[in-house]
Amino acid sequence: MMTNPGNILTQGQFSFLPPLTDKQISTQLKYALKNGWAIGIEYTDDPHPRNTYWEMFGNPMFDLKDPAGILMEINSCRKTFPNHYIRVTAFNSTRGVESPTMSYIVNRPKKEPGFGLVRHEGSGRCISYTIHSYATDEPEAERY
Amino acid sequence: MSKQSKNLTPTKDPSIDLDAEFQASNIQEVLEKLDQELIGLIPVKTRIRETAALLLVDRVRKQMGLSAGAPSLHMCFTGNPGTGKTTVALRMAEILHRLGYVREGHLVSVTRDDLVGQYIGHTAPKTKEVIKKAMGGVLFIDEAYYLYKPENERDYGAESIEILLQTMENNREDLVVILAGYKDRMDKFFHSNPGMRSRIAHHIDFPDYGPDELVAIAKLMLESQNYCFSSAGEEAFGKYIRLRMKSEHFANARSVRNALDRARLRQANRLFSGTKKSLSKTDLITLEAEDILASRVFLESAVDSEPNTKNKK
Repeated sequence: MMTNPGNILTQGQFSFLPPLTDKQISTQLKYALKNGWAIGIEYTDDPHPRNTYWEMFGNPMFDLKDPAGILMEINSCRKTFPNHYIRVTAFNSTRGVESPTMSYIVNRPKKEPGFGLVRHEGSGRCISYTIHSYATDEPEAERY
Repeated sequence: MSKQSKNLTPTKDPSIDLDAEFQASNIQEVLEKLDQELIGLIPVKTRIRETAALLLVDRVRKQMGLSAGAPSLHMCFTGNPGTGKTTVALRMAEILHRLGYVREGHLVSVTRDDLVGQYIGHTAPKTKEVIKKAMGGVLFIDEAYYLYKPENERDYGAESIEILLQTMENNREDLVVILAGYKDRMDKFFHSNPGMRSRIAHHIDFPDYGPDELVAIAKLMLESQNYCFSSAGEEAFGKYIRLRMKSEHFANARSVRNALDRARLRQANRLFSGTKKSLSKTDLITLEAEDILASRVFLESAVDSEPNTKNKK
């Protein structure tokens, strides 16, 4: 793919950059905590762009002051799901906003097969297009 | 760098001004505040001073490239009720923050309820959540001996202790744990949890206050609430404290606080029912001897069971 030379999933922030180091993740977490956003850790093995809701790893973390605790949790998630996508989301609960304000991937499978284009021919030779993750051909937990 | 400095006969020895470091850390200010606001407690203050000195020297050593690893600063405060354990813990968080030992310097104060769950699998996430909240600061566990209940083998406290021990060891630079409790019970607690004892480097015992110290504490408390004693009032309070100390359920500074609250009540009542209708500022802030002397302690100076004295068991 010309547009994605690394052949990696590009969802969320920093996804075109090299993977974040733990120190860089801490700095980003610190920024979120400074703004009073609650941080959640989520994982999935079905990274379709329309799959918005990933599984939560533990509860979202409120009232934290220091990123060390979150990093601890990220590392335990990595240990549990070494070959899943793991992302960190920061949720802004301000009235009227109430939505994630940050989201970035902190763990990827070693091999990311990517997506294939699926053409579906409808009536009148009308073609509808969608994408399909190669990984999801396998059953859950056997992907990647 | 560190390899070079291991050679302890360097040709040119760079020097760092310890005084300048001391000034820069603002630690003097905190220690002075400690001296002013905490009456007595000499062993505690000495230990805090030592800790501060160690951390400061450590910082200077680091600048020279002599690293020694982060010292373990988990502490245990033992002492009778109302001897200032929580107050000192709060101050400790601030001192450690000033010295750059903890990153945020906040204090998370918890008891058994916050750590131990009610059913299987509830304890670990609960304890971990508290630990995560305390990261970068100080975790203060009040009445820590309640964590372990040997009489109930199905109690989940042991699980909580295990997680705590693990974090105290692995996240030493992220978190300082301070346990507090009464001396005899903490001794029993450590006896049944030797792992806990060995991971806590600093055991600080809080002595009871003397009567003069308690009067000084009372004056400080009143000052912060914009009250003061009249000279007769102060004398009466000195007498009151001496009697009160002999009665049971005496809780040091906490009893002083409760006594002052009751004196304020009586003062308000006296002003209200008094004939004098125009009150000056002095009237409003002064606690007279009669406000103190009306206490039950003087009536039944033998045994006094004030029901509203908030005593922890």
